[in-house]
Amino acid sequence: MPKDANISTRTRHGVTTRLWHWANALCLMVLLMSGLTIFNAHPRLYWGEYGANDDYAWMAVGSSERMGYLRLGDLRIETTGFLGNWQDHQGRTQTWAFPGWATIPSTYSLADGRRWHFFFAWIFSVGLTLFMIRSLWNRHIQRDLHLRRKEWRPSHIWNAFRHHLNLRTIRRSSEEEYNSLQKLSYIGVIFILLPLMIFTGLAMSSAMDANWPFLTGILGGRQSARSIHFIIAFLLVLFFLVHIVMVVLSGPVRQIKAMIFGGERTERAA
Amino acid sequence: MTIITRRKLIGSAAVGAGSLLSGCDALNRNPAFQNILASAESANFAVQRTLGDRMQLAREYSLADLSPKFRSNGTRDPGTVNYAASAAQGFANWRLRLTGLFSKPQQFSLSALQSLPQRTQITRHDCVEGWSAIGQWTGVPLKVLLDLGQLKKSARFLVFHCADRLGGRPYYESIDLLDGFHPQTILAHRLNGESLPVENGAPLRLRVERQLGYKQAKYLTEVEAVASLAAIGEGKGGYWQDVANYEWYAGI
Repeated sequence: MPKDANISTRTRHGVTTRLWHWANALCLMVLLMSGLTIFNAHPRLYWGEYGANDDYAWMAVGSSERMGYLRLGDLRIETTGFLGNWQDHQGRTQTWAFPGWATIPSTYSLADGRRWHFFFAWIFSVGLTLFMIRSLWNRHIQRDLHLRRKEWRPSHIWNAFRHHLNLRTIRRSSEEEYNSLQKLSYIGVIFILLPLMIFTGLAMSSAMDANWPFLTGILGGRQSARSIHFIIAFLLVLFFLVHIVMVVLSGPVRQIKAMIFGGERTERAA
Repeated sequence: MTIITRRKLIGSAAVGAGSLLSGCDALNRNPAFQNILASAESANFAVQRTLGDRMQLAREYSLADLSPKFRSNGTRDPGTVNYAASAAQGFANWRLRLTGLFSKPQQFSLSALQSLPQRTQITRHDCVEGWSAIGQWTGVPLKVLLDLGQLKKSARFLVFHCADRLGGRPYYESIDLLDGFHPQTILAHRLNGESLPVENGAPLRLRVERQLGYKQAKYLTEVEAVASLAAIGEGKGGYWQDVANYEWYAGI
């Protein structure tokens, strides 16, 4: 029991948060890897409503039997061994954009990649919606993720940034409330990036565009929606990498146990 | 203590990732699991048909929105002797036949089709691979032909037979009557104001604008009205559905 009357403990992660966290982690992994299979069918990205091989692609993966490269605008980076030209586990050279270890299924099948993608897209979308409703209802969002006025101050955010440079404060943070950078990234992922994935995904559907023409209207066209879908996928990969680094630095065993069994958090009464 | 834990953690994460991948491939080969995955596509069909007006038009664009070049895909030339001979004389001997569940089965020459009511529409073509192209199509609304042929009440699907073969099999596609009678469903003989090029399906191709490119069958020779798709090809309703796991409904 805490000695200070102003300090109390409560469950660190509610049961909804824990269930959604793991279901969502599985969904995002499958969606990313099956999405890379779908991308491999046409590894070029455009802005606007249309875009095909004769149109300018702002991003393209190039493939030949000798080398692979990634082109971003006018910048060309050789990626042989990783993108566009790589060896499969039997040592054969493959010229699909993303390598087999990053895709579901591991050998190219657009039809199967689409099946995986659309199935897990349903679980992901329904799960996100239920999590949002439940977390607003039980005030998880308002209590734990809402940024208070003082947390928006640059000095406060700078402090939170410095806090991430110090291993001791990182380790201690696993018992405390979320700091402003944590809140910003969780809010950004839950309320901006993940919903945008759903809407850019819907905007790529021909039938959805007939039903809801505003989808491509807002996003600047079907090919823009496809580009944004891809960019956000990699912002989510970036979030995932930082998330994993922070979990490892702050005490991985305790953190993972807390996300399974709930854990404990210390709270200072305001 | 912690170091060992971390090392174990990273090690088991790597093993986990490896077994996850081979696990996914094993699941992918499992027919029962494939059926579970495919159930989501049935859900997409049901939701998309329920969500909007069933006769909702796909967006139409202006001439300023056209793709500079309309890409072709799949068969770019059927390459048969008959097709080449027909193309050489401007498809003067080409016939489109209405067969199956019609009270008045009949056939049309290209010029007969061109003398029927026409519709011109500028629409976006979305390939299952991910690319899009905007083109202007002119052709006969399919509804006009279904009315002339007097489609029987027992008909539920329209099968489009084509002059081209892919991998040795004839290409075909099918749609239901809801798309068959949709005002934008046309048999197009012109692209961007000119006769349909060979690579885009000359002399006649299907446009069914709320679905993906593989539904837009090219080199049309026959529209067959059927009660069931089971006896056509391998029974899945289209070439790509038969040879791979592509879905019959291609609205997404």
